[in-house]
Amino acid sequence: MTTPATTQVGGPLDQGPPAEPRIGSRNRTGDKIFSGTATAAGITILVTLAGIAAFLLYEGFPALVAAPEDVPGGEGFWPYVQPLLFGTVLAAVIALIIAAPLSIGIALFISHYAPRKIAAPLGYLVDLLAAVPSVVYGLWGIFFLAPQLVPVFQWLENTLGFLPFFEGPTSATGRTMLTAGIVLAVMILPIMSGVNREVFLQTPRLQEEAALALGATRSEMIRMTVLPFARSGMVSGAMLGLGRALGETLAVALVLSPAAVISFNLIGSTNSSTIAANIALNFPESSGLAVNTLIATGLVLFTLTFVVNFIARAVVARRKDFSGANA
Amino acid sequence: MAKRIDVKDLDIYYGSFRAVEGVTMSIEPRSITALIGPSGCGKSTFLRSLNRMHEVIPGARVSGSVILDGQDLYGAGVDPVSVRRHVGMVFQRPNPFPTMSIYENVVAGMRLNGRGTRKAAMDEVVEGALQGANLWNEVKDRLDRPGSSLSGGQQQRLCIARAIAVKPDVLLMDEPCSALDPISTLAIEDLMDQLKKDYTIVIVTHNMQQAARVSDRTGFFNIAGTGQPGKLIEMDETSTMFSTPSNQATEDYISGRFG
Repeated sequence: MTTPATTQVGGPLDQGPPAEPRIGSRNRTGDKIFSGTATAAGITILVTLAGIAAFLLYEGFPALVAAPEDVPGGEGFWPYVQPLLFGTVLAAVIALIIAAPLSIGIALFISHYAPRKIAAPLGYLVDLLAAVPSVVYGLWGIFFLAPQLVPVFQWLENTLGFLPFFEGPTSATGRTMLTAGIVLAVMILPIMSGVNREVFLQTPRLQEEAALALGATRSEMIRMTVLPFARSGMVSGAMLGLGRALGETLAVALVLSPAAVISFNLIGSTNSSTIAANIALNFPESSGLAVNTLIATGLVLFTLTFVVNFIARAVVARRKDFSGANA
Repeated sequence: MAKRIDVKDLDIYYGSFRAVEGVTMSIEPRSITALIGPSGCGKSTFLRSLNRMHEVIPGARVSGSVILDGQDLYGAGVDPVSVRRHVGMVFQRPNPFPTMSIYENVVAGMRLNGRGTRKAAMDEVVEGALQGANLWNEVKDRLDRPGSSLSGGQQQRLCIARAIAVKPDVLLMDEPCSALDPISTLAIEDLMDQLKKDYTIVIVTHNMQQAARVSDRTGFFNIAGTGQPGKLIEMDETSTMFSTPSNQATEDYISGRFG
């Protein structure tokens, strides 16, 4: 009853009149909640990632060690996954080759060239494209784009047929690897343009003025300041786009009629499928080891995206001293 | 190289807002002209109108004329890009290009407009410009390091080197020392004194001691109130301006009674 209440709160040093707050008091509840929440969110993403990796490893492992004749295709896991891996990378690379320059152009137009009245609505429009479901892109690819592309493919075969990419014979339906790549490019265009636009807009005004004051034209100013400043952001945007292209399922599954081949012929009718599309197409009818095989291909895709991201980070970090972030 | 500037009845507008009204002044070659005045009085805007840099803000326009050795900078068919090649600028905060090395920063202006230059010639320009900016001895062994690795004062001198590497007729300085410590400031002021042998220099400064120290002539800008255009109140020899100004507002400002 007579015990002073303060001893229970603080410990030996806390005795005496509690009237004045002391310097060094660490009772910042809001701060703790905030940092706790942020840490928890950070840990969650790591746990999720580890969980996915563990699942893929656990479920995919039987296929990795299975006897070759038990794996679908009858030749073992690696022969099974190789054409798929090839198709995945090829489609994504085509998409990236098309989308990267286009997205930079779109973003530059919105951020530095278009009058403000046009720029804002155009920006919203591009963002809106990102919300279109991939199945719609797939259907658009089959029913609109593919038939339109047949004459183009024909022309490519006739004029550039000496290149392995266009040796033909041209697919009559137009549903080819190149079509799939173009559909993927259209799909990743919004996210890439969006990221590029944001980083272009972040170029410090002072940098742009430095270039202009030296007598740079607008395009020279962009090459001297905006593009170098945005370099790592553009790589990030490309990685986001590449990630989406590598993992895209429905659009590719709809457009391509797959075969287990490795072929650089982009306009022919036999095309390798992609890992994600292959899983989507075959999963419903699979059971037993076939399911493990599909999951193992998922593991390969997972690893691939990891490797691509690491390479991209390394590319950005290589010239860290010269980064635009030092402005 | 150094050229005189004659400004006549210059009004500067941002859209429908008149930021600066009726400025008439002559800027002598091979001298330092300081522009002083309270914040928002239009002195920076006026400075930027001398190389048409204010035009980076949409809706900016002028009426009146700015004559650089007989040529109107706002005449029909005059390209702002080529104006800026002749009238260089140094900014409030040092702004070397962070993605370029010290060497590349200095030659950045030379590489513009498709003017390729031989390596030997560029080396010469780099050394000349850096020596001109009193920076050569400090950086000659690390020209390949990023410009952002230098201290603030060194960065500002690098920016001056970058500006003089293209051999402009006029050098505009917009509060070039406001982000620098006193020692770096002194270095820049000494440098300005050397540069005025070859260039026409116009400097905007908030530091009246600086204006008194470095300039030959001083112009005082003031503003009647918020939303009013800034005006050139008085312009004279610096010694006269700081001892016996003819306008009461100038005297009040210089003696620290307002601003």
